[in-house]
Amino acid sequence: MSRRVVMQAHQARLELGGREILSGVELELYAGEVVALVGPNGAGKSTLLSALCGDTRLDSGNITLHGVTLSGWKVKDLARLRAVQMQESNVSFSFDAQDVVRMGRAPWAGTSFEDHDDEVIAAAMQASESTTLAPRLFPALSGGEKARVAFARALAQETELIMLDEPTAAMDIRYQELLLTRTRERASMGATAVVVLHDLSLAAAYADRIVLLDAGKIRIAGTPRQVLQPHIIEEVYRHKVAVIEHPESGGLAVVPLRPHLNTRHGLREEFV
Amino acid sequence: MATEELKPLPLVRWETPELTGTLPVHLCSESDGPRNTRRKLTAGILLTALAISLLGMMLASAGIGQMQLTPSEVFASVMHRLGLEWGTLPAQQHAESALWAIRFPRVVMAITIGAALACSGVLMQGVFGNPLAEPGVVGVSSGAAAFACIVIVFGLNFFGTWTVAFGAFVGGLVATALVYATARSGGRTEVVTLVLTGVAINAVGGAVIALMTFLGDSSSREEIIFWQLGSLNGTRWDNVWVAGPITVVGIGIAFFFTRKLDLLALGERPARHLGVDVEKLRRQVIVLVAILTSAAVAFAGIIGFVGLVVPHILRMALGPGHRVLLPASALGGALLLLIADTAARTMVPNADLPIGMLTALVGGPFFFWLIRRTRKGAGGWS
Repeated sequence: MSRRVVMQAHQARLELGGREILSGVELELYAGEVVALVGPNGAGKSTLLSALCGDTRLDSGNITLHGVTLSGWKVKDLARLRAVQMQESNVSFSFDAQDVVRMGRAPWAGTSFEDHDDEVIAAAMQASESTTLAPRLFPALSGGEKARVAFARALAQETELIMLDEPTAAMDIRYQELLLTRTRERASMGATAVVVLHDLSLAAAYADRIVLLDAGKIRIAGTPRQVLQPHIIEEVYRHKVAVIEHPESGGLAVVPLRPHLNTRHGLREEFV
Repeated sequence: MATEELKPLPLVRWETPELTGTLPVHLCSESDGPRNTRRKLTAGILLTALAISLLGMMLASAGIGQMQLTPSEVFASVMHRLGLEWGTLPAQQHAESALWAIRFPRVVMAITIGAALACSGVLMQGVFGNPLAEPGVVGVSSGAAAFACIVIVFGLNFFGTWTVAFGAFVGGLVATALVYATARSGGRTEVVTLVLTGVAINAVGGAVIALMTFLGDSSSREEIIFWQLGSLNGTRWDNVWVAGPITVVGIGIAFFFTRKLDLLALGERPARHLGVDVEKLRRQVIVLVAILTSAAVAFAGIIGFVGLVVPHILRMALGPGHRVLLPASALGGALLLLIADTAARTMVPNADLPIGMLTALVGGPFFFWLIRRTRKGAGGWS
């Protein structure tokens, strides 16, 4: 993997209502990698993502994209560099799903790349398996369907940075895997992907690096194997877990321990 | 990195085009083309139909009244003015002068104001992301009316014939900014807050108008009352020369915002992610709404619900895309107000009904229906 730095956060600190949401965050994002942001509720994952995409200003420290501070970029140019899928997608009026995906092409309007709009929209919808949703009205879609269309919109933007905030939250297994497979593929084409995830096994399976946040600070960042150690997870999430290796693929899976299930194996006393 | 250097990271080649397992059948490539063509066709047909109806209604409306003329006589009169000797001129005495001095300015004014009100409705709904936002409902019209009343009563005259329009503009701007500042939070407009803000602003605006009615002498009092109800009675060409250019330029400028308003429907943050400078867009649209509304209010008083009814019906027929919705609403608003004004001056013989009363009579129940329908469909707007 080429180690070209795309984005860099330095001593990022952010307060909201007098409470420190992020502090001392140091992060480098490289071209061609998938980075998962994980952490317990309220750890600052979404806030970090919104700072990285330029929506929320830091109180101190800075974030640079290609060496230029985020606030120094024009809104229009940023739209050509990074796409964002938010936790929830809503549309005020009854646009159909394809209209919504087409909105992802807005940053390229007026350039020669506009000529490929139809092609790119079709490819993006195919990639997220949302093609059949094209004529349906967006507000009438289910949560998972909305998320697929929103992902297609982010893909259609054809940016080198793609930021996804819990994109799989409303998706079933098939689409969770599909979305992250597509994200990996974008990374192999040279894109940088930052994904907020709750499912640690998904993060282990698809991320090159995992950044574990705890109370606004980076607890640890590294490969899935470095981060997903039972004692670290247990300390941060305050819940016992087992990290098991899949017998065939060798992939890691993080399984919360469920004491009520363990009685028949005689393991109960360990948790009492 | 300069703007020109930014290039997309192409999406077209997928390394693994399909995941393992059976994929659902894809329908897009086949059904997509016809669908877009059909939509364009619908838009084309509807815009043409609206334009033709509007032209027809203009000829008809100019002929209706105490002095009856046929549309062909009206047409002939227009053509003769343009230097074309087509058709036969109206036979009645003074018909020509009455037509050009009284009927035509009123017809043109009705069209202008209808278009201005409908377009400011579209813009407002777009920027608030809410189909309930309308200059009359949220109090922009009454804000404009209050300031215009002040100008009338105190006999202010610093901009000549434009003074009342300017006063209305300032009032409209203040009201719009106030609504925006209070009704929006966290990037969304809550319906309850929006409507309540409207109630508050309408109350203050109404109080100012009442105070001005109290302070004014009998002639300005009459002017205020008549104009509070909305009327196009007594429209002169010099009124048209003020309201017309403002409206034409305003709607022209609005076309530059159509694409951005579409993106704003996604919400403020997603719109910014797609390159829209939301803050700037907001400011520009708010000023434009104030300009268009005040141009209408300054010469015709408060005419409510046009900006609510017209865009809503057209959105159902054409979809929410602003690029088509805006011109369609301009035509639709012009047509609706021309019909309303023709009714206002002909329904009761020898009387000129207030047009604001007519639109409210139709618009009020429509508003009611809109609330019920949306509540049923999507559990409210918020």
